[in-house]
Amino acid sequence: MTCLPTQSGKKLGLVIDLDTCVGCQACVTACKEWNTGGHMAPLTDIDPYGGHVDGVWFNRVHAYEHTTEMGGRTVNFPRSCLHCETPACVTVCPTGASYKRASDGIVLIDEDKCIGCKLCSWACPYGAREFDTDVGVMKKCTLCVDRIYNDNLAEEDRVPACVAACPTSARHFGDLGDPLSAVSQLVAERGGVDLMPELGYRPTNKYLPPRAHTARAASVAAPALESVRAEGGFLGWVDRMLSN
Amino acid sequence: MHPAFSVVFFTTATGAGYGLLALLGMFGGFRIIPPDFWLGLIGMGLALGLIAAGLLSSTGHLGRPERAWRAFSQWRSSWLSREGVASVITFIPAGLFGIGWIFFGKTDGWVGIAGSLAAIGAVVTVCTTGMIYASLKPIAQWHSRYTLPAYLIFSAMTGSVLLNALLQGFALGSKVQLAACLLLTLIGWSWKLATWRYNDRLEIATTANTATGLAGGTVRSLEWPHTEENYLLKEMGFRIARKHSARLRQITQLLAFALPVLLLAIVFALPWPLAALLSVLAAVIQFAGMLVERWLFFAEAKHTVSLYYGR
Repeated sequence: MTCLPTQSGKKLGLVIDLDTCVGCQACVTACKEWNTGGHMAPLTDIDPYGGHVDGVWFNRVHAYEHTTEMGGRTVNFPRSCLHCETPACVTVCPTGASYKRASDGIVLIDEDKCIGCKLCSWACPYGAREFDTDVGVMKKCTLCVDRIYNDNLAEEDRVPACVAACPTSARHFGDLGDPLSAVSQLVAERGGVDLMPELGYRPTNKYLPPRAHTARAASVAAPALESVRAEGGFLGWVDRMLSN
Repeated sequence: MHPAFSVVFFTTATGAGYGLLALLGMFGGFRIIPPDFWLGLIGMGLALGLIAAGLLSSTGHLGRPERAWRAFSQWRSSWLSREGVASVITFIPAGLFGIGWIFFGKTDGWVGIAGSLAAIGAVVTVCTTGMIYASLKPIAQWHSRYTLPAYLIFSAMTGSVLLNALLQGFALGSKVQLAACLLLTLIGWSWKLATWRYNDRLEIATTANTATGLAGGTVRSLEWPHTEENYLLKEMGFRIARKHSARLRQITQLLAFALPVLLLAIVFALPWPLAALLSVLAAVIQFAGMLVERWLFFAEAKHTVSLYYGR
């Protein structure tokens, strides 16, 4: 049923550090590479070498310019499924294809039941679901459900592909339902936030805001050039000529 | 939101069809209109034809239409599933009512009860359609108290104007019936104007700041994750130029409301064949106008995902 299950308390998810993300797109390509052969395979590419490239991705990295009174900065922003606690994408599904797992809170799609009505993608405020026009079904991030429980992988590799690929450790994976887990403590320490909390979807994934500017940084408000005192001689003549 | 023609036609056609079905079920069942064979055949044929055409059109929107039967299973949580269940259940009393009227020439007794049940089913189905849109939080223009009443009002309006065209065609038109059509069209017009006014003044709490978790200041999209259009932009990033929106609102007002009001007002003073002709014209023009209205309903709706793209 697409009714939400009673949760076990385990909430697997990601913590994404916007302070250290450099926007290298390694998580994007690692996700595509793993998942095009994984649980939701294939991640179709339409006309990949042509002029109208299109296709399914579970993870996309935007870049924003955030300007405050403290100055401006570039923020790289990875966007993927947040595995919400109250995901409307699941409850709107008419067929039971979308579901949230009771055991760990991962939101998945049963591709064999999906009719491709696209209503779940309308119900998701975060744009986490992308329609595969080739197969005719909706696709989304699986939190690499086929990696994190995979006994054939070494224990350190049992994390989502995006987390394994991140060169700056901006992505962290763990149980956000356990207040003592490393990810929960990181969120508490760094003041991790929910995206669009006002909509009430209660996302599991958290974002760590960029750290505040320090006083050591040069003030951007310093005057550009100082005015010069009138002088005699050759330099005074140059000054007068340039001022004309 | 991208206005897919299959969905625009679906909601407009089933709205009119269920409106007509509800009115035929009530007026037929309570013997306000006579159990005439041709009236029943054409009236029920038109109502069920519009509903069936709309439902078939909606499956054109699906990626895997052969699995559409699965959509009847999740009625406990999904308004779309409830719509599917309600629409199919309504066919049972509607079918019995049509059979009783057309083949047995009666609309009282069990046929009348079937008519009333069909009317209830029609109203419930239109409510479920409205709730599909009204329940979507990411789209502020739809997630408002205007959406559900709009679906009910427009269904009653288009249904009553269709019924008037039908009755005038059989020389069975009445002044009361005509006045009801006029009143419903004026209510529909007012509701649409009020909805546009509400949407134009809407202050949406979700911003690029809350979407990215970056508090304070301004958040400007610097670079998209991809160089081409993707599914999100095609489906949910649909934008309509303000000048086209203004022009289409004028066309909606003219076709869906102003012209039908004018034509129906003239019908008051006309004898049979001319009254029928203008009544049919009013219904056809209004249907065309409602297609434009429904197209705009999608085109002017803004999904929160567009915030990620700086739109």
